[in-house]
Amino acid sequence: MYCLLQVLLQKNGVSNGTLYKKTFIEHFEQAPMYVAVFTFVGFAVGTIFGYLRDFMRAWGLEKRNIAAEREQQKDFVPLYQDFENFYTRNLYLRIRDNWNRPICSVPGPQFDLMERVTDDYNWTFRFTGRTIKNVINMGSYNYLGFAETDVNALKTVTIELEKYGTGVCSTRQEMGTLDKHVELEKLVATFLGVEDAMVFGMGFATNSMNIPALVGKGCLILSDELNHTSLVLGARLSGATIRIFKHNNMQSLEKLLRDAIVYGQPRTHRAWRKIIILVEGIYSMEGSIVRLPEIVSLKNKYKAYLYLDEAHSIGAVGATGRGVVEYFGMSPDDVDVLMGTFTKSFGAAGGYIAGKKGLVDFLRTHSHSAVYATSMCPAVAEQIIRAMKCLMGLDGTTQGLQRVRQLEKNTRYFRRKLHEMGFIIYGNDDSPVVPLLLYMPGKIGAFARRMLEKNIGVVVVGFPATPITESRARFCVSAAHTREMLDTVLNALDELGDFLHLKYSRYSKSSHPELYEESRLELED
Amino acid sequence: ACKTEGILILWIIRLLFSKTYKLQERSDLTLKEKEELIEEWQPEPLVPPVPKDHPALNYNIVSGPPTHIITVNGKECINFASFNFLGLLNNEKVKSAAQASLKKYGVGTCGPRGFYGTFDVHLELEERLAKFMRTEEAIIYSYGFATIASAIPAYSKRGDIVFVDEAACFAIQKGLQASRSNIKLFKHNDMADLERLLKEQETEDQKNPRKARVTRRFIVVEGLYMNTGDICPLPELIKLKYKYKVRIFLEESLSFGVLGEHGRGITEHFGINIDDIDLISANMENSLASIGGFCCGRSFIIDHQRLSGQGYCFSASLPPLLAAAAIEALNIMEDSPDIFQTLRAKCERIHKALQGISGLKVVGESFSPALHLQLEESCGSRENDVKLLKRVVDYCMNSGIALTQARYLEKEEKCLPPPSIRVVITVEQTEQELDKAASLLKEAAQSVLN
Repeated sequence: MYCLLQVLLQKNGVSNGTLYKKTFIEHFEQAPMYVAVFTFVGFAVGTIFGYLRDFMRAWGLEKRNIAAEREQQKDFVPLYQDFENFYTRNLYLRIRDNWNRPICSVPGPQFDLMERVTDDYNWTFRFTGRTIKNVINMGSYNYLGFAETDVNALKTVTIELEKYGTGVCSTRQEMGTLDKHVELEKLVATFLGVEDAMVFGMGFATNSMNIPALVGKGCLILSDELNHTSLVLGARLSGATIRIFKHNNMQSLEKLLRDAIVYGQPRTHRAWRKIIILVEGIYSMEGSIVRLPEIVSLKNKYKAYLYLDEAHSIGAVGATGRGVVEYFGMSPDDVDVLMGTFTKSFGAAGGYIAGKKGLVDFLRTHSHSAVYATSMCPAVAEQIIRAMKCLMGLDGTTQGLQRVRQLEKNTRYFRRKLHEMGFIIYGNDDSPVVPLLLYMPGKIGAFARRMLEKNIGVVVVGFPATPITESRARFCVSAAHTREMLDTVLNALDELGDFLHLKYSRYSKSSHPELYEESRLELED
Repeated sequence: ACKTEGILILWIIRLLFSKTYKLQERSDLTLKEKEELIEEWQPEPLVPPVPKDHPALNYNIVSGPPTHIITVNGKECINFASFNFLGLLNNEKVKSAAQASLKKYGVGTCGPRGFYGTFDVHLELEERLAKFMRTEEAIIYSYGFATIASAIPAYSKRGDIVFVDEAACFAIQKGLQASRSNIKLFKHNDMADLERLLKEQETEDQKNPRKARVTRRFIVVEGLYMNTGDICPLPELIKLKYKYKVRIFLEESLSFGVLGEHGRGITEHFGINIDDIDLISANMENSLASIGGFCCGRSFIIDHQRLSGQGYCFSASLPPLLAAAAIEALNIMEDSPDIFQTLRAKCERIHKALQGISGLKVVGESFSPALHLQLEESCGSRENDVKLLKRVVDYCMNSGIALTQARYLEKEEKCLPPPSIRVVITVEQTEQELDKAASLLKEAAQSVLN
């Protein structure tokens, strides 16, 4: 019942030989029992009131604010099942003002929110016309701070936008391959240290349109429990068999691999054509980093292929921002398919797949996106090129490296302080995604609203994106955050944590001094 | 009596302690056998090798913007291949709107719509699209392909029935695959075939009325088909809709900004009340010369996608500069509605001029800006047809007209269209250029096919 703080220190490195070159510390502390009880009570109360409200609406005692079907189509089969929407109508709707908040400035470390009020308990919103200025942004995926409007920084993007316009109006295989795309692909390949790369216009679509090209019927996909929707959709569209292994759990993965090879396909026992493992670099809801060295050794032993989705980790981890491959000191040849997106660390849009030339040539000819979907906008491609050049130092400055280091510093500082304050934080100590557990449904709304009153914009997530008892607030640390901004946020969190009783952790700084050695946490400059 | 009870108790105890019978087909292998199997197993290579002369590997590289005069593989040509119907790709006003947006917002949005990725430009674009199409609400996606591929599975689930035209584009096919519903294909534009399928479904329903009451039905059609260049008979579809109680999803990627007096698409072309169509989906990558897509319709229908459209909830939102460009493009469409008539006149002109080329036939309506030129007689295999058409295309490219073949994924398409050359008409092409293209194609066909 009482949890263990899952600290995987040197013990991990020793048992697997020298697989891990540095300590791999991840936390998944479980809250005390009373928290789980109160969470369920909270949901139960919400559900009872939901039924009550539905009853009152059905009997006309309360206004029906929902849009309704057309009169002429009343006898059609109903489009939505009433029950499906129960959660949306009665629980999500109460706190829906915390999502879809519109902004009207660049999503940098601070942004301007449009003030939104509701007169009818979140059924409809209206804008007052005022903007809330300089709200500290802890929600946007701006890890390296490339979401900026500095005129010098965007000089080349402005020129390319003037030259190329905004659209492309054709697919890659027809008339849509511009010289900009070729330039970008060469640069991505150089950045990652692989033979070739191909870029696509949308990160989500990169997964959902390329996994079906790589695997098909008769293949096996081993996918992590907490993989992103785009990976799940791509796996389903491929027609291959999907088996799930527990999150980041190597024993579970090895068992699945052994069983798959030994027993073959279900019923016919034919051998599988190929086995592919789908993992992500950093998991955005947990903040955990994939155990890449162990997975690579497993994949080499059992002859499987590895597909690594670095949507959040490219640019955000690693000594020079090359992602988890660099973070673990491994070579990019260890991973068969390197996939990533440009939305998060590069402040643009789109995705890429990189690897051996044979792989990329195959995707150029067989990817769904290359044949049927429009290619990337050239101005967006230029933004990626300039951000990547900055990271690689090709623009003649050390700005790129400074950003990566600043992000590392900010991440460590932020996480350490939150641990000290006594919050339950999930994830790896080096991951810039910081989930702070709230658990109870009532606290989700209260937390987000009060933080906004203090001029800080946070992201809260609940069911169904997370398990029902583990609602959380998720912070995305950025290299553009200054120490003052982080301190402002931390002070606000401290205050709010006391007010809402969010400091569930039973392990504060003093009880485990060996975990918080000052010397290991501060980076040498 | 005591004895039988005693025996019964002993039997129960025996059952409790005996091994349960596992209904597994596999017998337990020894560790050594397992290790041997693992040793022996050889997977296929991750990807099969691609031949160097694969047509898709030798693609055209465009230097500079793909505008009216396009530089393909180093040669300057007149562009008859990019879907830039209204010529807005190079429009100064659109570009300056995008520049202004770039200065204010930067490039990317760094988040999905739910997490601070909603900008005021997105809201404005949605409002403007809804007003332009005269519907209640619109929702925008950041990628054209993902629009219809996310919209269909948001409404149609396992067990529902979708009647779809054979010539539906690949994005629709992927949306249908993701929805896991029962798909029933009807012959292209054949209303009698569709009615037959609907009648069959009706008799099925009568056998099981309880199931029929919860099975949703949809018809998915395109306004202007990408693969065949003709339009769907919308008035008949509306009649079938009310007769058999089926909802209609209309995909208007090619017809938005092309058909209709003001460019509102096929509903305006036929004069149909837009509320009769449940959902209209289109991408902004053709007439609006931007990136992304949108769905519009009544709030009752569109609002559902804000929580269940996968491409909307789980993907970063459209970069604001592209949204601003789309708004400006919409402004231009509203201010000068005569461009649609001009476009249609040019389409008619070239459609007529391309008739009678020996060896090639024109496929598509006379007012469609995206035509196909197919071989009148196939030379046996698809591969050879493709090679022959490539020679025609190369002849034209060398003489200054940029054309492309329509590309498909041969193994993935449900109903693979025959190989063809795509001819795209834009408002920017002058009459001389249209005539030049037509005569060049005649020449090319003469020299290559005879």
